[in-house]
Amino acid sequence: MEVGFDYTRSLGPTLSAFMTGLVGGRILGSRSGGQVHVPPLEYDPVTLQPTAELVEVSDVGTVVSWSWMAQPLPGQPLSTPFAWALIRLDGADTPLLHAIDAPLESMHTGMRVQAHWADSRVGSIRDIACFLRVDHELTAMFDDVSAHQLHDQSMTVTPIHLSYTHTASPEESRYLRALAEGRIIGQRCPMCRKVYVPPRGACPTDGVPTTDDVELPDVGTITTFCIVNVPFPGQRTKPPYVHAAVLLDGADIPFSHLVLGCPASDVRMGMRVRAVWKPREQWTTSPQNIDHFEPAGEPDADYETYAEHL
Amino acid sequence: MKQQAAVIGVGQTHHATKRADVSMAGLCREAIDRAMRDADVGWADIDAVVLGKAPDLFEGVMMPELYMAESIGAAGKPLLRVHTAGSVGGATGIVAASLIQSGVHSRVLAVAFEKQSESNAMWALSIRPPFEMPLGAGAGGYFAPHIRAYIRRSGAPVHIGAMVAVKDRRNGALNEYAHLRQPDITLESVQASPMLWDPVRYDETCPSSDGACAIVLASADAVQGRTAAWVKATAMRTEPTMFSGKDHVNPRAGREAAEALWRQAGITDPLAQIDTAEIYVPFSWYEPMWLENLGFAEPGHGWRLTEVGDTAIGGSLPINPSGGVMCSNPIGASGLLRFGEAAMQVMGRAGEHQVEGARNALGHAYGGGSQYFSMWVVSSER
Repeated sequence: MEVGFDYTRSLGPTLSAFMTGLVGGRILGSRSGGQVHVPPLEYDPVTLQPTAELVEVSDVGTVVSWSWMAQPLPGQPLSTPFAWALIRLDGADTPLLHAIDAPLESMHTGMRVQAHWADSRVGSIRDIACFLRVDHELTAMFDDVSAHQLHDQSMTVTPIHLSYTHTASPEESRYLRALAEGRIIGQRCPMCRKVYVPPRGACPTDGVPTTDDVELPDVGTITTFCIVNVPFPGQRTKPPYVHAAVLLDGADIPFSHLVLGCPASDVRMGMRVRAVWKPREQWTTSPQNIDHFEPAGEPDADYETYAEHL
Repeated sequence: MKQQAAVIGVGQTHHATKRADVSMAGLCREAIDRAMRDADVGWADIDAVVLGKAPDLFEGVMMPELYMAESIGAAGKPLLRVHTAGSVGGATGIVAASLIQSGVHSRVLAVAFEKQSESNAMWALSIRPPFEMPLGAGAGGYFAPHIRAYIRRSGAPVHIGAMVAVKDRRNGALNEYAHLRQPDITLESVQASPMLWDPVRYDETCPSSDGACAIVLASADAVQGRTAAWVKATAMRTEPTMFSGKDHVNPRAGREAAEALWRQAGITDPLAQIDTAEIYVPFSWYEPMWLENLGFAEPGHGWRLTEVGDTAIGGSLPINPSGGVMCSNPIGASGLLRFGEAAMQVMGRAGEHQVEGARNALGHAYGGGSQYFSMWVVSSER
């Protein structure tokens, strides 16, 4: 599964100045207690006062330490093998972490490197594309600073995208495989005899393994629900929709599903509903094989039959 | 032998939808600097720092306490991170208090924050494993069905949710730090606001806020004559988010935490003995629900206290005189704000929203799917 968001990072005065400097091809550090920190610290590490003084340092520096990235990963500064390095820029006392584009055999502690500026700069540490050996031909050095917009960078966008492989437990696997066959599987706790759907492998009340599979019908009762009218980023079902807790007959815990087939205003607690399955050829190992639940056309369940599930 | 702990300073930010002027560290420092001024202490006085915030997915920074360590004055000192979802602010206060009660430290700084504007909480709270239906709709989508169940169980009239919203938003207008300050809000305007997660309306819902709260706690010896809010009792309880027979309306963990809290504080009749309470009410209907869960009212009767005005400032048990979560919700900080506001009340430092003569106050928070509960009682008397 994919999870991602373009985070909007408020920078505050010190880091805003740093990012604004990068757009202009300048690197700023903070001065405190006779030391210059790059990137600048927001608060003096000794006095804990907000940083008062920013100073420009050189975009040329010395490698303090490094390690080799033989197989770059997607999203890293370079797609060819490169070095991650701690670089102490001239005029700074603390090293900056960045990438160096140089052959492995040329890499050494003490080597002199210079920032290679990105063509398009937006107020991000990536405005420095990477560092290059100083003997290397440097076109970016003669870049015209005025060509870049010099407005204050009070915010930077940090896209973060994660890709997960979800490993299903044995119980989840049986549940999902049964769904692919149009069946719903739950599990019964050997101690309290409660039936859980989806099955969990352990009873949350008794803490014992649940081993007995129980096949459940695709009809049940709406215990409670809400009507979602709010749109939001990443939403996968278009509002308005009825998000209901459906207690399948024979189960002891409701599960969440969508209710269609009648106006949302007609949905009520105690309403009897039946699963509407997608066409068989669309079935996969997913609860979405059940497209939604719809009114079963039966009289409502008595409140007492589901009151303990609220 | 347990040492007594007391709050000697409280600070908070001006809460807002987006505090674009500060970084996360800057946001925390705004609250910390106010708390330390309020407590009249310097950095050398602080022995340890405890930081709380809700899920890291909200800001997309894993373990922000690492990068903020020097900014929040933790360099060279113990720094603990607390993580109990929405209740985390309360748990942060309790962890800080326990570091003093145990005799380990004399003065501890507790700080909690959220910078919700860095992402979108509804997105962050609606990510589910692939074997569940993609129906999640943030906290509102989770809690609205339980509010419907409360209304059905208690027979509460539908205007109770709107009454709480009006009270809290007007209280917020008395609080200079509140995100929403709405002195002119009315029952009619709340009831005319859009239905977001039926039965919950827009104006019956908390805002999404950037904000932080900090408190300075001290041992009895370190109070040194300062005005203090003495910690009389603390309690935390947890239960599974989902299990067969879970009472979502009146969760067992909350009930048992409250019973333990009252017992520890020597309180036999909370309604009579507590002067004001700051409780975690992100949706207005949770005021009557938690009044019952906390033992201020019998099950099914919490709404009656709201309806007759007992929970308004000037009533017998003012609830959320600060405006509460309904006015400011920097999630991770919201619990510590409840704990800190309770302390401000018994210290007589709540300004325009001060409850006259408040001596004993409750701070309360909950989090997850009504899974974590944390609460404390503070008193003006040692």
